Amino acid sequence: MRASYMVASFAATVLIMMLACKREQRVFDPGSAGSQMADSVALNEVHAGGTVAPPTAAQYQESAYAVSEGKRLYVAFNCVGCHAHGGGAIGPALMDAEWIYGSHPEQIYSDIVQGRPNGMPSYAGRIPDYQVWELVAYVRSMSGQLPADVAPSRSDEMPVAKAEQARPTEHPSDEYPQKVERAKP
Amino acid sequence: MILLAQVPGFRGNQTSLNPVGPAAAHIEHTFSEMFWITTAVFCLVMIAIVIAVARRRHSLDDIPDPQPTGEASDRRATQAVGAAMFITVALLFVMLISSFRTSRALGAMNNDQALTINVYGHQWWWEVEYPNDNEPYKIVETANEIHVPVGVPIRIHGTSRDVIHSFWAPNVQGKRDLMPGYETEVMMQIDQPGRWRGQCAEYCGEQHAHMSFFFVAEPLKQFEQWMNAQAQTSSAATNAQTQHGQQVFLTHACVMCHTIRGTTAGARVGPDLTHLASRSTIAAGELPNSIGNLAGWILNPQSIKPGCRMPPNQISGSDLQDLLAYLETLR
Repeated sequence: MRASYMVASFAATVLIMMLACKREQRVFDPGSAGSQMADSVALNEVHAGGTVAPPTAAQYQESAYAVSEGKRLYVAFNCVGCHAHGGGAIGPALMDAEWIYGSHPEQIYSDIVQGRPNGMPSYAGRIPDYQVWELVAYVRSMSGQLPADVAPSRSDEMPVAKAEQARPTEHPSDEYPQKVERAKP
Repeated sequence: MILLAQVPGFRGNQTSLNPVGPAAAHIEHTFSEMFWITTAVFCLVMIAIVIAVARRRHSLDDIPDPQPTGEASDRRATQAVGAAMFITVALLFVMLISSFRTSRALGAMNNDQALTINVYGHQWWWEVEYPNDNEPYKIVETANEIHVPVGVPIRIHGTSRDVIHSFWAPNVQGKRDLMPGYETEVMMQIDQPGRWRGQCAEYCGEQHAHMSFFFVAEPLKQFEQWMNAQAQTSSAATNAQTQHGQQVFLTHACVMCHTIRGTTAGARVGPDLTHLASRSTIAAGELPNSIGNLAGWILNPQSIKPGCRMPPNQISGSDLQDLLAYLETLR
């Protein structure tokens, strides 16, 4: 009887540890420079290791480490200067449900890389690809689009708003289409 | 190792047993006192145990009668234990007073005329700033290499920019923790010219072990020359190659984190590179500052110092050559 309890608790522990694995997975060395992508364009088709799959937004949105790196870069690269900590200032707010150029990860990626009229500069070539994706993941966590086990739970500075983890999920209209009510006869 | 250090003329680097300034000398004095007292006590205890064991050795077959005790032997035992306790407490007081005197002496080093140097701990490097309130355009900023004049009192004023670090050059001063959001000061002075290595002494993440710095102690005149050179903006790019190298710097990821005074690069995430080529190491003492190391570091810092904040960079061969040529001019 006792043995079966022990086996069960051991199995449960292993299961919990396996669940936790991905969340904290850290890849420091994304490979030699030649094998990477610059702005989703491979620099050179011939390189060691064959072609590399383009990074997917999902792999960054599932890693708590990537999101917290995004949070650090958000301040380091002075996104804060215009967008503040999500509330917006010179630039639009990022923690609400309104997205001028769309709320999907690929759309946010293009906003950062291409820039947008009336102020948003282009960071093409300035920010390595994987760091742009980390920023994308963090920006989406600001309006509660990421699961709570991935979104940051605390800030290094004095918190000015609720932690990203504790924010209510906003519903951007392009991801959550409103029901169109038919005209009643 | 410690015994070796008692040999006169011991010249170890990054060890508190070879003090090169008054602060470290006070600390070394207390350490030696405690070391010799505890060594003597340890030896006496060991000798007493060996004598006690040797005097009452018996074979297993011949179990001896218990030692007879009487009034006289009880009195002797009481006296011996009492004397040992008295000596123990007395020695503890000797060490306490020694430690107290060292703390007093370190506190008394405080000097309003001291040269102030700001040191900020980062994951995983040291930002160094020589403030100048009267002439702010002469503020000197560098990283991982702290030039100081010999024989001048110095105040290190420090804090951390991220997690807890600890600033410790054992030959020069006592360990001082740098806490985020809390500023601290430690006084020191170096009397021997040379390069004295220091190291972060509080675990601060993946690359804690590779977070070192150097005190470069030099005569006052040489130090002032160094300060004047460092206060200048970067040297202008003069030929086509270095001009292109500068453009590479300003149009790639470098510009997002680094400052080169005299150009439009002004980000404050990574070390100030205005006089990069005048420093002898890169990556917080990790590698000697050579063109080859710099090239490897720029292309993939993550293979050298995994987890560090600098991303791998994709720069074509010719662009990299020009960039390196430009960085080499930053003397």
